Amino acid sequence: MPSLKSLRLRINSVKSTKKITEAMKLVAAAKLRRAQQQAEAARPYAERMARMLGALGAAVAGEPEAPKLLVGTGKTDTYLLVVVSAERGLCGPFNTNVSRFARNRIRDLEAAGKTVKIMSVGRKGAAYLKREFRDRFVGEVSFANQKRITFDDASSVAASITTQLEDGAFDVCELIYNRFVSVISQTPSAQQLIPAEVPESGAATAQYEFEPSEEEILTKLLPRNLAIQVYRALLESGAGFYGSQMAAMDSATRNAGQMINKLTLNYNRTRQANITRELIEIISGAEAV
Amino acid sequence: MAGTFLLELVSPEKLLLSRQVEMVVIPAAEGEMGVLPGHVPAIVSLRGGALRVYEGGQVTETLFVPAGFAEVTPERVTVLADEATPVAELSRAQADADVAKAEAAYTAAAAESPEKREEAMDRLLAMRVKKDLATAA
Repeated sequence: MPSLKSLRLRINSVKSTKKITEAMKLVAAAKLRRAQQQAEAARPYAERMARMLGALGAAVAGEPEAPKLLVGTGKTDTYLLVVVSAERGLCGPFNTNVSRFARNRIRDLEAAGKTVKIMSVGRKGAAYLKREFRDRFVGEVSFANQKRITFDDASSVAASITTQLEDGAFDVCELIYNRFVSVISQTPSAQQLIPAEVPESGAATAQYEFEPSEEEILTKLLPRNLAIQVYRALLESGAGFYGSQMAAMDSATRNAGQMINKLTLNYNRTRQANITRELIEIISGAEAV
Repeated sequence: MAGTFLLELVSPEKLLLSRQVEMVVIPAAEGEMGVLPGHVPAIVSLRGGALRVYEGGQVTETLFVPAGFAEVTPERVTVLADEATPVAELSRAQADADVAKAEAAYTAAAAESPEKREEAMDRLLAMRVKKDLATAA
């Protein structure tokens, strides 16, 4: 049976753990709200960008000289997977889920005879994937020392993807990230970036005038569209991270509470047993006299 | 007075403006473009310049946009700007620094492909406009 002192120490240590997880949960909740707001603020731009792209895509569709960003290279031999994960841990299965999803995707693609290249955004996913696929890494980005993600960060990621496309380093680009379904649910998902999925423009598209030409606008619009897709994924992943962390810290706090109850019960029992034993000793000593 | 149309100004980080206005002057790539209600549908790319909003026959808002796109339909104008700053909030020192940076980038791009050079040039011109606006404000 553990001594009273060691039980007391354990109770104290679990109590301080509980305090920490509780505080982390509150911090995550506050940050989640901010991250969600940021994600929502980015939505109007993305929606309007999609609308404009739909109109433009319809105008240039089927032209042989369409930009690579829109139609790809015409092959599907080499895949570039951009895997977005979090910078920090202590967030439940968030990083594991997205990394496992990426791993399965890589295995599927390689089984189908494709070449896979990986670019990671976020430290945690990179660490996981490097164990198995170190030689497939072509790029690594980390925003660990930044408080919030800005559009410029997303632009730099997008620019590096564009450069690689121009060098002919890959044919298809996919973005793998945790989609933010709700505060308690994030699903890892893959989104194809290149060739771009042009949104269907609504019925009865107006005949637009273009200034300058369609091609010129498109060559400017497409990189921007790529950046906004990456930006959205980063923001969703960021919001998902805090959601997941909040859930993880919530259950950790509950577990700590249960543990404290169990240990306290154990402590009281032991204390009672000690008293009873001492009493028996005294009584039987007195009887023997 | 002529009717109004919906002007939306969005940057990747937020929706900056969404209201009914009478006229807007857009710094389009091939010259400034005044848009009134009932304009022919058009998609234009923007160069750096001032976006002027007219309400009640007066300029009510002037914003600097470095680059972007605009979609014009008879009843709506959507401007997708990389960023947008009210001219009154532009600072001279900041604009000077931006011009210097753009100039350096342009010099560095001299050896690059023509597209890169053009991009740097556009950026430099946009920053010069920004500086002019900042000086005037």
